[in-house]
Amino acid sequence: MSAVLAQIVQIFLVVALAPLITGWVRKVKSRLQGRIGASPLQPYRDIYRLLQKEAVVAHSASWVFRAAPYVTFSAVWLAAAVIPTFTTNLLLAPAADLIALVALLGLARFWTALAGMDVGTAFGGMGASREMMIASLAEPAMLMVSFSLSLISGTTSPTQIIAFILGGGVGIEVSMGLALAALIMVAIAENGRIPIDNPATHLELTMVHEAMVLEYSGRHLALMEGAAMVRLTLFMALIGGIFAPWGMAVPSPEMSGANVLAEMVGLAAFLAKCFVLATALAVFETMIAKMRVFRYADFLGGALLLGLLATIFLYVSEAV
Amino acid sequence: MLIAAALSALLTLAVLGVLAGDQLWRHRLVYVCCALASAALLVGGLKHLGQTPGTGPAIILPFGLPWMSAHFRLDNLSALFMVIVNVGTVAASVFGIGYCSHLPQPRRVTPFFPLFLFGMNAVLIADDAFMFLVSWEFMSLASWLLVLADHKNPENRAAAMVYLMMAAFGTFCLLTCFGLLAGAEGGYAFSAMRAAPLTPVTSFLVVLLAVLGAGSKAGLVPLHAWLPLAHPAAPSHVSALMSGVMTKVALYGLIRILFDLHGHVSWGWGAALMLVGGITAVLGVLYAILQDDLKTMLAYSTVENIGIVVIGLGLSIAFKDSGEKALAALALVAGLYHMINHSIFKTLLFLSAGAVITATGERDLGKLGGLLKRMPWTGAATLVGAAAISALPPLNGFVSEWLIFQSLFKGPSLPHWAMKFGVPVVGAMLALAAALAASCFVRAYGIAFLGRPRSRAAAAAHHLPGTMRWTMAVLAVLCIVLGTIPVTVTDALSGVIQPLTGVHFAVSADLGWPWLSPVSSTRGSYSGTVLMMTGLSLFVVSILLVHGFGTTKVRRADAWDCGHREDIPESQYTGQSFAQPMRRAFCTSLFAARETVEMPEPGDLSPARLTVRVIDPIWTYLYGGIGRLVDAVADQVNRIQFLTVRRYLLMMFATLVFMLLVVAVRQQQ
Repeated sequence: MSAVLAQIVQIFLVVALAPLITGWVRKVKSRLQGRIGASPLQPYRDIYRLLQKEAVVAHSASWVFRAAPYVTFSAVWLAAAVIPTFTTNLLLAPAADLIALVALLGLARFWTALAGMDVGTAFGGMGASREMMIASLAEPAMLMVSFSLSLISGTTSPTQIIAFILGGGVGIEVSMGLALAALIMVAIAENGRIPIDNPATHLELTMVHEAMVLEYSGRHLALMEGAAMVRLTLFMALIGGIFAPWGMAVPSPEMSGANVLAEMVGLAAFLAKCFVLATALAVFETMIAKMRVFRYADFLGGALLLGLLATIFLYVSEAV
Repeated sequence: MLIAAALSALLTLAVLGVLAGDQLWRHRLVYVCCALASAALLVGGLKHLGQTPGTGPAIILPFGLPWMSAHFRLDNLSALFMVIVNVGTVAASVFGIGYCSHLPQPRRVTPFFPLFLFGMNAVLIADDAFMFLVSWEFMSLASWLLVLADHKNPENRAAAMVYLMMAAFGTFCLLTCFGLLAGAEGGYAFSAMRAAPLTPVTSFLVVLLAVLGAGSKAGLVPLHAWLPLAHPAAPSHVSALMSGVMTKVALYGLIRILFDLHGHVSWGWGAALMLVGGITAVLGVLYAILQDDLKTMLAYSTVENIGIVVIGLGLSIAFKDSGEKALAALALVAGLYHMINHSIFKTLLFLSAGAVITATGERDLGKLGGLLKRMPWTGAATLVGAAAISALPPLNGFVSEWLIFQSLFKGPSLPHWAMKFGVPVVGAMLALAAALAASCFVRAYGIAFLGRPRSRAAAAAHHLPGTMRWTMAVLAVLCIVLGTIPVTVTDALSGVIQPLTGVHFAVSADLGWPWLSPVSSTRGSYSGTVLMMTGLSLFVVSILLVHGFGTTKVRRADAWDCGHREDIPESQYTGQSFAQPMRRAFCTSLFAARETVEMPEPGDLSPARLTVRVIDPIWTYLYGGIGRLVDAVADQVNRIQFLTVRRYLLMMFATLVFMLLVVAVRQQQ
């Protein structure tokens, strides 16, 4: 498959797959809680139903409120388009590296937070304020993870990092372990999962992400929910891709004929990784309780320090 | 020639400004002429950058110190800063055309405005220490007078006093620094300083004094104390220049001395500058998050951005000293790019603060709200500025932060252990500052422009003159353009830094035009152009998908708010409540932030109170300490005032003997 075709497949794959992953997490969680739960395909039906409904917009909302779902969704979608899922041979891969990825997620967050404040309700402001506090620690933590990955592999581009790791450039490193731990903590925070935020909550005072999108309905809500689902897929692709890159198709000159086969293997591996990670997420969320809002700083400060330690350990292990 | 004509025009305009009197059209005319003169300087700078030869002819004029004449020269670095400065001054002058009628006393602003522009531009072309310092003082004193424009407000008078003291301190440091560079022979021309050898001690002192002198003007922590007082006190178009442009002139001074006149600064200073830059960035943005005054918030955010630039400069010095010339060039390009960007979006944001103040008369976030609906142009332009300063792609702020991160990520390749461990720490500070800046501007924009109006003044915000709106629109477009064609800018910058780092370096060398690939094509790359195009296509695709599968119906209704329907706008989040999580997470130890809640007794109908106390460590401990020290010394010295004549004579005699001894000992050697 050429880079152009692979890129187009990737763009539509992440969007098509995202609701299924979220549905699978919900299904496993409800089984663990002793319920039968809805089918994993339920999120597709939910989104279709929301698209059919008219959008209710508050009188006090400005154009920012109506534009935000589209901007948020396309920013997250763009970020997901450049993270390799089944092949590293992507057309857009050089356009954005890990730093740009963090910033694209930041762009989505910026608009969601503004949308939360636009209607002028107390909950919207509360959600925006908490989300920005979480981000102000999660974002640097993720940049520090990028820093240590770039020191290990010499590049900040996710495709190049994966190619480097698949090429056997890195053994078992303490730094990789620390970076993985930090990245998982960031992923939990960025996706609003327990213990930082509960995606299923409707209890007013514990909401973060829900509070920002409280005023949304119809297609706007569908886009906001869709963005959250794509973001979850993105982080699974990132964690699965960098820390367990096996199966990913890496283009090389000698195997041009076998490329399609390698890509099919890559696709199967990606699906398997997503379902393992989604199941793990569901188990983890079932086991743990939500944290108090002002404890977030400890949790995420821990992630930031782990990221920093990951870089510093590189030199310690080098010197020893 | 063009530049000389424009500079003399500015001086003449200052005189005309005095004559303007109460006639508003004359003030407008002065601003129009200022805009034209700045545009001429901008063209002059761009024209020089467009030519291949690096240095313009030296111009020597017969005035200045008795034994030497005044030297002027335009080289690539000066030309670049001339462009940076004059983009801001053109914008501020055009904004001033409409804005001057809203000032309480335009007569106290108009005459000094051209002088301020003159001072900033003259610093850039000065080619000897004397002209540099004279122009520097022109810039300082003119801006001091502009800070005093609204002199009836006691806060402004206090701010001007602090500013004057810090400006005097800065000039004193620079004066001594140039004195050391000139050596005993007094070679005050820059060409003589470049050639003069430096002993290790002088070399150390020169760098220290340059950092103190230029750093106090630029706002490095802990010398930033005057900046958030003085910048907001001036009229908004002057604040825009002070924050967006004058700080860049200060950094020009720093670059000129450290990279050009001195030339061999050791890596230790690079490390120190990076650390100071990191601390400045984090503290600046934390202060900014706590502010309720729109302009003070922006001034603190300037402190943050200066910190980011200084991280780039420090890194560049460290790389240069270790012989990594390409990486030194990369870090310097990143720092310069951030300066360009900051001058544009900070000018834009200060002008929009001016627009908000003009339209509502309020600058307190707690009294604003819902302005996007009343002022759609200002609101949209400010949104672009806020997104750009929050380093969001595809705008310009992100490009420069990306470049700084890329060069920081290469920092651990330096041979020194201090740098290997220090660079990740500075990287974490920079990342923290960047993320907090986004919080800060979501807060400011969300509270001032979104939501519902929190006061009658905000609800009745009125229309603005076209010149003000157009200025902001053009600056917003510049933010987008500089973000989407970064390679064009970095290629222009590589010509500027070639004489400073001694290497020809192009950030796009590996992949070609729209790709920034600073180290090599496999070491991480970015393309604002491609990202913008793809993002826009995905935006269109998502609109088409959503509208294709679903309905496009919209119904307007009351806000839902979980069923708590309330019409009181006070129920919205305020600036302080938005900042509360950040304040609790970051400021409890740094600023000793404490909250106390006073609940009334049951049955008592008085309101409950939440009091927030924040202590500024720099004012309380550093400047408070210096103040107490000065007082204590003054008390001791005061005794000398009440001695008998006999004792005074004795003191004179003792001094005389001491001086004679010194002379005798020196002659012995």
